[in-house]
Parts: sequence; C-alpha cells; structure tokens
Amino acid sequence: MPTSELAAQVADIAGQLSKQTTRPMRFMEVCGTHSMAVARYRLRQLLPDNVRLISGPGCPVCVTPASEIDAAIALAKRPDVTVVTFGDMMRVPGSDGSLALARAAGGQVQVVYSPMQALELAVRRPDRHVVFIAVGFETTAPGVACAVQEAHRQQVDNFSILCSHKLIPPAMAALLESGEVAIDGFLCPGHVSTIIGTTAYEPLVRRFAIPCVVAGFEPLDIMRALAALVAQVVSGQARVENAYERAVQPEGNQKAQQLISRVFEVTAAEWRGLGVIAASGLRLREEFSHFDALKRLDIELRPVPENPACHCGEVLRGVMEPHECPAFGRACTPEHPLGPCMVSSEGSCAAAYKYR
Amino acid sequence: MCLAVPGKIEAIEGLTASVQVGGVVVRARLDLVDDVQVGDYVLVHAGFAINKMDAAEAEETLALLGEVQRLADQ
Repeated sequence: MPTSELAAQVADIAGQLSKQTTRPMRFMEVCGTHSMAVARYRLRQLLPDNVRLISGPGCPVCVTPASEIDAAIALAKRPDVTVVTFGDMMRVPGSDGSLALARAAGGQVQVVYSPMQALELAVRRPDRHVVFIAVGFETTAPGVACAVQEAHRQQVDNFSILCSHKLIPPAMAALLESGEVAIDGFLCPGHVSTIIGTTAYEPLVRRFAIPCVVAGFEPLDIMRALAALVAQVVSGQARVENAYERAVQPEGNQKAQQLISRVFEVTAAEWRGLGVIAASGLRLREEFSHFDALKRLDIELRPVPENPACHCGEVLRGVMEPHECPAFGRACTPEHPLGPCMVSSEGSCAAAYKYR
Repeated sequence: MCLAVPGKIEAIEGLTASVQVGGVVVRARLDLVDDVQVGDYVLVHAGFAINKMDAAEAEETLALLGEVQRLADQ
C-alpha cells in the first residue's frame, strides 16, 4: 500500500468517527507501546474532539515501584554481583541514583535484549553472581520463566532474578474499580494478548460492561480498533473484539501460559501510582525460589516515599496527561527525568515530550 | 518493552533460530512455539519467538512497517 494511501485510510477512519457521534468518549490505551505509536503518528490530533484517548499503566518500567528500583541499584553496588537488565531500566531514577549512575561509579551492570543472555553470562562467569532484573508483563514473563527453568535444569547456582513481573487485566480492573477516571473502553495491548488471548478480557467485560478491543501497533491497526470501540459505545454494546488477528488468537499462546504457571505463581504486587493490587504480579514458585535474588542476596525492599514533584502516578492512572504535569518539559526532561514515565521508551511523558 | 516484530526464520539450531527481522538477523529461542521450521514467520519479543505468523500476514505487516516508517520520516 503506498504511503499516501495508508495516510488517507487513517484519515478516512478518523473522519468517519466524527460523523458517528458527538457524545464525549474516553478510551484508554493500556499499553506503553501503543502510547508511543499514538504519539509518534499524532493519532490524537486526528481524532474528533469528542473522542479522547488517555494513556494507562502499560509501561513495565514505569509501574515498577521505587523500592524495587532501589533494590536493583543496591544490587549493582555489590562487588560480587553483575546486574543484567533491559536497556529501558538503566536511567530510571531511584531514590538515590540509577543503574546507569551505579555503573558509572564502578558497578557491574550489563544491558541485554533477552533474559537468556543473562543466564549465558552466569554460565560464562561462575565467579560473579548474575541478577536479571525481571520486569515486564505477560509478554515478557514466559521468556524469563524459560531462563529460570533452564538455570534450574543446568543447576546454575550463580544466577537469580529480581522478580517484578506484573499482569495487565488485574490493573485494568483496579482502574475501573477505583472510579477515579471515567473510561468508556480499553484499547487492549496487542502483544500481551498474543500470550493471554482475547478470552482473558471476558471477565472484565462481564463485570464492568466495558468494551475491550485488542489492537496492533500500526496507525491503521490503532484507528480500526478505535473505530470498533466507538461503534460498541454508540450501539450500547460491551464485548471483546480482536482487531489484531494476525498476532492474537482467542486462547493466546498456551505453551507460554503453561511455562509461566510452572515457574511463577500469582501474587499481590505493588504498582507505582496504583498501589498494591491483589493477584496482579508473579513470584517464583517454591521449587524455583532459589533463583529469587532478594532471598539469595539478602536484599530488603524498603518503602520509598514518592518524589512529590513527580506525577508519574497520576499519569499512569490516566488522571493526568503528561503536559498537565507542572514539571513536564521544565524540571523533568528525558535528560533529567524526575520519574520513569519520562525516561522509559514506552513512558507516556517520554512519548509526549519526544513528539510534542 | 512489549514491542515484538515479525521475522523470517533462516536457520534453526536446537532450540535457537536465526530470524531475519527487517534486514537484521537476530537470535530467538523457540521454546514458546510449536512446529516451526526454516522459512516460517514468527513474532519475536525479547529473544523469544512468541507466536507463529501466517506468511502473507507477516509480509503485510513488514510492508506496513516500511510504509509507516516512510510516513513517519516525512
């Protein structure tokens, strides 16, 4: 499809939306990768005034609480430990510095794109204890489960994870339960849904009568999904729709789901901005607890007061848009971030700043 | 971080595949997918193939990504 035709199709869907209804509607894009795509292709500007799209809590680095960031930094400062992390985590500010600063001060911190690389490093370097910072949603957890299972099988003793995995549907439910922000429908995350399937949203739809449409990441994917959400609201329906069929099946990836269940169990988890949400996180099962970095290296999670100047919490709950934050673009920039939403490649503030 | 990209499997060694993603070959583990072979398209996230994709749909996605990139660069 030629570029101009693609742009025309996106604009055409936007045009149709404005004809369908003048009723105000607010949809939440749950996924940080969607937030970045929406900002990058300036899709908000194409939407009619009555259709608003707000960002949600779907940036794994952003929702990792400060206590866990501090634990990662504390690990990086230990002379016997090598911390291995996805790149997004490097510059996230803790209460005292960041992983990047810990590395600059002599700490051993390595960036990888796969958890298997962390395990490979542990095998190569038996003189170091290698800790993988395991952040991510359902998309990422199966790969980490695989690395842990492999470490268990190979009896790699110098490998562990700081487990901060979180689950998306319970956070969506928590947002609706709080009633703090009015949401008429969810643009559901594409690649989380590749793993959990569209059926994972059925309980939400039944309980809250909220339209849920799973979307891909191209502008046309997102606009089509928004059109489906508008159509549901206009017709008074609430159901799960799959607008990303090329990557998402109703039942999801069952092999990945089984691997998650074998290695992890569901537990309550603390989310930055959202607090503790029941059954919204993963922890290692007893059989694999040997790979829990906190236990192995005797690191305690200490509650950390939020920086009062940082409004990431409100942004993650959808009650504040990045530009409404008093610090946005002033005290808080990608070079000098006050909070993770400005520094993560999927953070709403980073997206809003980059494409402002 | 939940970004995943489609790519074509060029070689398989044990549980690891070489996958061509937009002109770059990356390593991807195959633990999470069944019955994949050289020539198949998979969606790759954080070093793992997380889903097998239909060839035509994967090629359409890759073409769309190319168009979108040009659109973004304009």
